[in-house]
Amino acid sequence: MTDTMRQKTDLAAGLDGTSTPITASHRSLWTDVWQQFYTHKGAVVGVCVLAFIVLAVTFGPYIHTIDPQHLDIRAKNQGPSWTHPFGTDNLGRDMLAQVLAGGRTSLAVGVTAMALSLSLGTLIGVLAGYFKILGGPLMRLTDLFLALPILPLLLVAIMLFRDTLRSAFGPETGIFLLIVFIIGITSWMQTARIVRGEVLAIKEREFVLAAHSIGTRQRRIIKRHIFPNVLSPIMVSATLGVAAAIITESALSFLGLGFPSDFPTWGRLLYDGVPFLNITPSRVLWPGLAISLTVLSVNYMGDGLRDALDPRIRGR
Amino acid sequence: MLKPRLLIAATAAAAMVATAAHAERATDGQLKILYWQAPSILNPYLSGGTKDIDASSLIVEPLAHYDETGEIVPALVTEIPTVANGGVSKDFTSITWDLMPGIVWSDGTPFTSADVVFSAEYCMHPEGGCNAAPNFEDVKSVEALDKHTVKITFDVPKPFPYGPFVGSNSPVIQKAQFENCMGAKAPECTEQNFGTIGTGPFKVVEFRANDVVLYEANDKYRDAAKPAFATVLMKGGGDAVSAARAVLETGEFDYAWNLQVEPEILNTMAAAGKGKVISAFGTSVERIMVQLTNPDPALGDKRATYQDGNNPHPFLSDPAVRRALSLAIDREILVEAGYGSAGQVTCNVLPAPAIYASTANDWCKTQDVAAANKLLDDAGWARGSDGVREKDGVRLSLLYQTSTNSVRQGTQALIKQMWQEIGVETELRNISSSVFFGGDQSSPDTFQKFFSDVEMYTNLFNGTDPEKYMARWTCDKMPSPDNQWIGNNMPRYCDPAYDKLAEQLAVTAALEERAVIAKKMNDMLIDYGAIIPLIHRGAVAAHSNTLGGVKQNVWDATPWNIQDWHRIK
Repeated sequence: MTDTMRQKTDLAAGLDGTSTPITASHRSLWTDVWQQFYTHKGAVVGVCVLAFIVLAVTFGPYIHTIDPQHLDIRAKNQGPSWTHPFGTDNLGRDMLAQVLAGGRTSLAVGVTAMALSLSLGTLIGVLAGYFKILGGPLMRLTDLFLALPILPLLLVAIMLFRDTLRSAFGPETGIFLLIVFIIGITSWMQTARIVRGEVLAIKEREFVLAAHSIGTRQRRIIKRHIFPNVLSPIMVSATLGVAAAIITESALSFLGLGFPSDFPTWGRLLYDGVPFLNITPSRVLWPGLAISLTVLSVNYMGDGLRDALDPRIRGR
Repeated sequence: MLKPRLLIAATAAAAMVATAAHAERATDGQLKILYWQAPSILNPYLSGGTKDIDASSLIVEPLAHYDETGEIVPALVTEIPTVANGGVSKDFTSITWDLMPGIVWSDGTPFTSADVVFSAEYCMHPEGGCNAAPNFEDVKSVEALDKHTVKITFDVPKPFPYGPFVGSNSPVIQKAQFENCMGAKAPECTEQNFGTIGTGPFKVVEFRANDVVLYEANDKYRDAAKPAFATVLMKGGGDAVSAARAVLETGEFDYAWNLQVEPEILNTMAAAGKGKVISAFGTSVERIMVQLTNPDPALGDKRATYQDGNNPHPFLSDPAVRRALSLAIDREILVEAGYGSAGQVTCNVLPAPAIYASTANDWCKTQDVAAANKLLDDAGWARGSDGVREKDGVRLSLLYQTSTNSVRQGTQALIKQMWQEIGVETELRNISSSVFFGGDQSSPDTFQKFFSDVEMYTNLFNGTDPEKYMARWTCDKMPSPDNQWIGNNMPRYCDPAYDKLAEQLAVTAALEERAVIAKKMNDMLIDYGAIIPLIHRGAVAAHSNTLGGVKQNVWDATPWNIQDWHRIK
């Protein structure tokens, strides 16, 4: 945020009519960020790949219209062909349709769970860092969550809420909410710790002191001065969070705790395909590639964003 | 069925001093066995798990085994008692076993009738929680007539008196070892339960529960030339596919058990040429159990309980629906997709032995979607806008649960599509085997609680007599909170006529008559639609090409003849 402040001083200098000319044209923070981001080749490739995947899973099923759950046992274990570009599985389901449908679920789980864990983590991190009195209890809560064994927690949650959610939202939406909630609530701790650390450092800085001294309200200080400065670590953990959530969902499907077995997700397709590696390698190849590419491109994007959002790196 | 093979006592004595011209004990190195479910205890009386019974069967032996054809063959006795040779009393109320003389336990002490009497007391102790208790049902007394003669007396006539001590699930354990482990103390005797002493071909050297068992040849075994292997390593863990791979493709193990794997995968692996896939058909039937009571979670404690018939299922209580569900299934496709040569289409819950197999239900062998649709139309189930049938606001929407296994999930997906054609909506759920079959009281996902509309699994009975098996579906065998959800009547089927037949079967002696009654009971279950049989499953295993002597046995423990296994050189 130091840059913005410098711009403000520049503006003020220009207004009082002294000789300092305004040489630079007005540049917003986001233009700066974008320009820096653009120089990071990996990040740009990442954005392109991710955009392609998102577009493919969003619009693909309208072009390739085979029902991913339709079984055609007479056409099982087929290699790639025009009708089935990715081949079929051992029950004759079209793999391309399944990968596309699975992508929708996996990406939706990844993004939603990330959003939940991020909001929780940021909220707790900022509160713990900014308000001294909340710091202790909130950080102990974070420690508590870090110490929680996830698997027993999952088993308990599934036991307690599955039937209720199922009757309220139907089997697929119900499980979706449950999974997103569980992943979200068990992965916010890292973000909270990082954010708290940053907030602790920033709140001692002069511009915060200045804001205090002119009587700015706490809420406004957090919103206007603290939050924008911790945006960089938050963005990075967001991208990492998406990747982690996709992988956690895959792991859940392995344990039979995820979606119904005929509801494709990338993790489940991969798991189901492994025994058939020798017969139809494409069953593992495509969902595996989709997971890897998504996670990799999201990570590169995070890398680029971190560089772009850090004013000390930006412009070098 | 009961053609006992005479084994002259002298054979045993001769064997003790045999010159062992063709083979010698413990000369073939190590035998490596892979069980993808790891053994957790070596006392078969305290575990119902096949894996534990199999692991113990190397150590402890019953008086007689079932061989691979289902015949009873002597193990620790000189001959099989029958009415003809006077071993079974004419009124079927007692059976007298003559123990083979000269047998010693692996610790060197002699094996006597006192051990047999003790084993019965151990299992029949009311607080012992013995899993072989059904074998000892109606046993009045077990007494030692002399050092080598045991007489078992029954309360009622037992036309099939081979319950106690026949088959690996009710072996003889050593009195000296288990004397202080009776009743409630049984599970606490870890040392005994993990280091069981036996008369079998091997003795345990090291046992790590749920991981690995290491055995070595029992140097006191009655046949001096056997076993051929010096040690046996039984490793547990992994899954069916990796177990098959370890034997067929990489050759790391000699034998792998219970391979429920898609046929094309097994065939590809077998093509590597390191081993072969073997299967044998017994009494295993993959079946769908139909929930006849209401499993609605809103019912709380009454969920999925019978309540004297006052808690019927909202739509599965309609016979037309149950019949239509069965008619809509193309079982040939299920066999082709998931079982290959290890499965056959069946319409019976009691498919074997041949004398008990009914043909009255063969209508189910061919899929008839039109007939199923007509049945539902006639019963007033009309298709809604989304293609799902409904009547009086009740939709034909099922929750279909089974254990986690890719073959089962494939079968589920296929059946879901078949049911879709008759306007039935299906939601699939799969539950980890350890939970589904685990019997944990606190879990809602066990197959006994059956909190879903239909569930699929395989069940079977040991031995060749179906009396106990068919008695599983009497009214009093329903799992409910009152009996801690124990019982095998999963559909909550209750018909007094069926109960009467079960009683009749228990007192009928002639084999033909027994077959007629058992078939009638089978037909009642299928006709009512409480059980939808799908596939008669073979027990599939794989063994290395260098392993000889394996006889795949579905009537007894898999390693029942492990003393004869040897290395082909």
